[in-house]
Formats: sequence, structure tokens, C-alpha cells
Amino acid sequence: MSGGGELLLDARRVAKQFGGVQALRDVSLSIRAGEIYGLIGPNGAGKTTFFNVLTGLYTPDGGDLVFAGRELQASAPHKAAAQGIARTFQNIRLFANMTALENVMVGRHVRTRAGVLGAVLRDRRTRAEEAAIRRRAEELLHYVHIADRADDLAKHLSYGDQRRLEIARALATEPKLLALDEPAAGMNATETGELRVLIEGIRRDGVTVLLIEHDVKLVMGLCDRVAVLDYGAKICEDVPAVVQKDPRVIEAYLGA
Amino acid sequence: MDILLQQIINGLVLGSIYALVALGYTMVYGIMGLINFAHGEVVMIGALVALAVIRLLADSGLPGVVVALVGLGAAAPVCMAVGFTIERVAYRPLRRAPRLAPLITAIGVSIVLQNLAMLIWGRNYHAFPPILPTSQHEVFGATITSLQVAIVLIAALMMGGLMLLVQRTRLGRAMRATAENPAIAQLMGVDINRIISLTFVIGSALAAVAGLMVSANYSIAHYYMGFILGLKAFTAAVLGGIGKLGGAMLGGILLGLIESLGAGYIGDLTGGFLGSHYQDVFAFFVLICVLVFRPSGLVGEKAAERA
Repeated sequence: MSGGGELLLDARRVAKQFGGVQALRDVSLSIRAGEIYGLIGPNGAGKTTFFNVLTGLYTPDGGDLVFAGRELQASAPHKAAAQGIARTFQNIRLFANMTALENVMVGRHVRTRAGVLGAVLRDRRTRAEEAAIRRRAEELLHYVHIADRADDLAKHLSYGDQRRLEIARALATEPKLLALDEPAAGMNATETGELRVLIEGIRRDGVTVLLIEHDVKLVMGLCDRVAVLDYGAKICEDVPAVVQKDPRVIEAYLGA
Repeated sequence: MDILLQQIINGLVLGSIYALVALGYTMVYGIMGLINFAHGEVVMIGALVALAVIRLLADSGLPGVVVALVGLGAAAPVCMAVGFTIERVAYRPLRRAPRLAPLITAIGVSIVLQNLAMLIWGRNYHAFPPILPTSQHEVFGATITSLQVAIVLIAALMMGGLMLLVQRTRLGRAMRATAENPAIAQLMGVDINRIISLTFVIGSALAAVAGLMVSANYSIAHYYMGFILGLKAFTAAVLGGIGKLGGAMLGGILLGLIESLGAGYIGDLTGGFLGSHYQDVFAFFVLICVLVFRPSGLVGEKAAERA
């Protein structure tokens, strides 16, 4: 299960500061195409900050990110999506008052084109595109096993289904890299098991996965490689078996 | 009872116009939590541009309906450009500013547009030339003019079209997504600046239509007409539940009916003490009642957090 593919994301010396807090200290990560890459660390270590920089929500103060051979446009979320990066959130952020299907359909936005003219004229191409958007969204709901909730408002879905919906919406953007921010948070053992199967399936379908997770068992069982952040700095990056035994990691989690 | 029916007809006509203008307020509020107080002025500019073109063509021999459509054809792009510019110049730089700042700016823009209109068109009232067919129809003892029928039908058509756009198209989904969470919408590839611009442009196009309707209905237009009209349409949007398209439509029609019926009966109710020129009182009485008793409006779910 080792990901031996080419480099998909190359983050070099990424830094981000908030006031006096150095949230990221020259963090360098390299994620290969096809792998499941874990990013772990204690609370406040900078994991989510890294996600926000990666997806263009924050502009980094230093360093650069090369994705699929191209420099990532800083601070332009809709361009990060176009380049093939999708994410989910630790605290689920769906469009609560839109249906599950519509949420996924919004995810198709970045890969579709119809604009004002199409909306007004309803020409053949626009209608064909709209039908394709709907079909793909339905497939994705099916893929994450919530097809039966398609017409329910997102806010009326159960917690676990909301997580699945967020993943379906992210997949709708056709990402090369899917970044999941604590997808197992708040899930019971059965749900976590199902999530694991889902993530493995996503990777099998050709999407590289970047996983932030607190559930160490899930990370160690699922990831090909793991990086550990502590106080904004990367202290270790290796296969799970090595990371687990690294004294710096053990200290970061247990010590201080 | 023909007075009752007559006032209902008048109320529906007035309400259709309010609804079109209220949609402009509610769309912008829904997307960016901002009350665009300059929106009434966009209606005024629509009315005056349309009227200027119509007066130019009034004696050209073209059919009245064609002249009115040409007037609208001129007013709509002008209004759309004004709406687009307002957002770019006055609101976008303040996107991250405290909420009070854009509100004050909105009032400033409103004053600038009024004065601009006064410079261009003067302080006088401009009469709407009698170019449109004035045929009257008898309905159970009340009369309704072709113009009134046209106003209600066109307004209904435009509102239906807007609903379809917002509910059924890629663009509409992007608008709703931006309204709910702009940061996340961006992650889906939605260019929110474009969507916000578009929202102003669409609202302004509706305002242009409303402007032509008002000036045709009252046969008059002037540089100050946008102020009261804007306040009333804003009241309608709040009455329905600001941020909700359906609310703006419902609120507009209801406010039109309340005003019209109120004006028709206020003399009887007060024994002649107050006359129909107190019509404007009703809108603001309604606004106060809504703000006190149901600040989220008729179709709103919870109290508005942003104002």
C-alpha cells in the first residue's frame, strides 16, 4: 500500500504568523500522487492552518506550494479548487439551507461553465450541462451512500451523513488532492469503520488523500506516510510504524 | 363594494412595483448582509432615463408600447451599470469594514445619485407623455386600465423568471451558496466577486423596470422620487423577511394592498379627520409593527442577525 507515485504537492518552508503566534514554522511536506498522507499533531500544532494555506483561505507569509508541477495561487480559493484541491472542514460547513443534492451540485461549479446568458436563454448546451451536473451529483451521493437523502436540506441530515455529504461535495470538484480535516471527529466506531472504507475507496479511484485526524488508530491504519506537527513545526515525517516510535512524537503527545 | 375592489386592484398594481424594488434590497441583503439604501435612487434613475428617451420619441409616430420598450431598453443598461458601479466603488472596498460603514456609505451614495439626477434633469417634475393605450376595463364595477394589467403581468413574469434563475440554474445555486457561506462557495470554484456584482446588476435591472412602471402609473417622475419609494420597498422586504426572495414578493404585494386599502378607508375610519394623503403613514406603521412584533418578517425563520 505504499504510494510510490510522482510528487503531487510540494510544500517548501511554508510559514504563517498570526500576531505574535508562529502558526507554521517553515513547514515542508511532500505528498506523492496516490497516497494517503496523514497530518497529525497536538491541538494548535498548525494542522488546520496548513489546510487553510493550502486551499487559499490564508495567504502564507513565506515559502511556496507547488501543486501538480504548478505554483499554487496564493489567497484565491476558487483557483485552488480549479487546480484540483478540495477539502472538508473539522466543523462541518455545508450550505445548510440547500438540499443535499444541491450542495453537491454547487461542487460541480468549478468544472462547469453556464453563465448569465445560458441561465436566461436555457439553450441546449446549458440544459445538457445542467443535466450532467445533476447526474454526477446523484452518482456522488450514491458513492457516499446517502442517495436517499438527496432532497433533504443539508441541515436536516444526521451528523454522520453531513460528513459524507461534505466529502461528496468536495469530490464533485474533481480534486487531485482531497484534504479531510478530522473526518472521524464525533463518529462512533462503526461510522469510523465505514469512513475508513470510504477513504480507501476514494484513493483507489485515483484521488490522493491528505488526512488530518486525531484518531491515531485510524491514521496509523490508513495512511501510507504521516507527518507530525508540533508548535507549527514539522518534527517527523515517515511511514506510520516509524513515526509511532519516534521519541520526539511521543514527547509531543505525552510530554511537556 | 366596488370601492373595495377598486382599492384591491390599485393595491395589487402598487404592490407589484414595490415587490420588484424590494427584490433588489433583499437580494443584496441575502448575499452580503448589506442594506443598499441607494437602491431607490437606481429606480429613480431608471424612471428618468426611460422618460427622457420616451419624451424624445413621443412624437416620432412609433406606437406607444414600442416607445416605452425603447425607453426601458435604454434605462435597463444604465441602471445595471449604475448598480455595478455602486458596488465596485462604494461597497467592495468596505467588504471587511464594520457594518456601520457601508450603511453610511449607502446613504452617501443615495445623496450623490439624487444630486446627480437633479443636475441632469433639474428640480422639476417631468410629465409622462400620454403614449400608452388608456383603455379601461370594467371588472365587477371597478375599473382597471391596460397599463395596470400590464404592470401586474410584467412584474409577475419577472418575479417568476428570477425565481427560476435562482432555484434552477448553476448561477442561482452559486448565488444561494454565496449567500449562505461565501468562503465555502469560493472553495467550490465560485467567484464571489462576480456573483455579488451580478446580484447588483440583476436587482438594478428590476429597478429599471419598476422605475418605468412608477412613472407610467403616476404619469410623473422627478429626482426625489426614489427616496420614499425606496423606503417603502425596503419596508416591504422587511415585512416579508429580508433576505428571502419570496418574502420580498409577498411583502411588496401586501404593503401595496395595505396602503391602498388604508388610503381608501382612512377617511371613513377617522370620520374625515385624516384623508387619503396620509397613505404614506401606513407603510411606516407597518414597518414599526414588523420590527416590534416579528423582526424576522413573515417568511423569515429567525431574527436577522445582520443589519
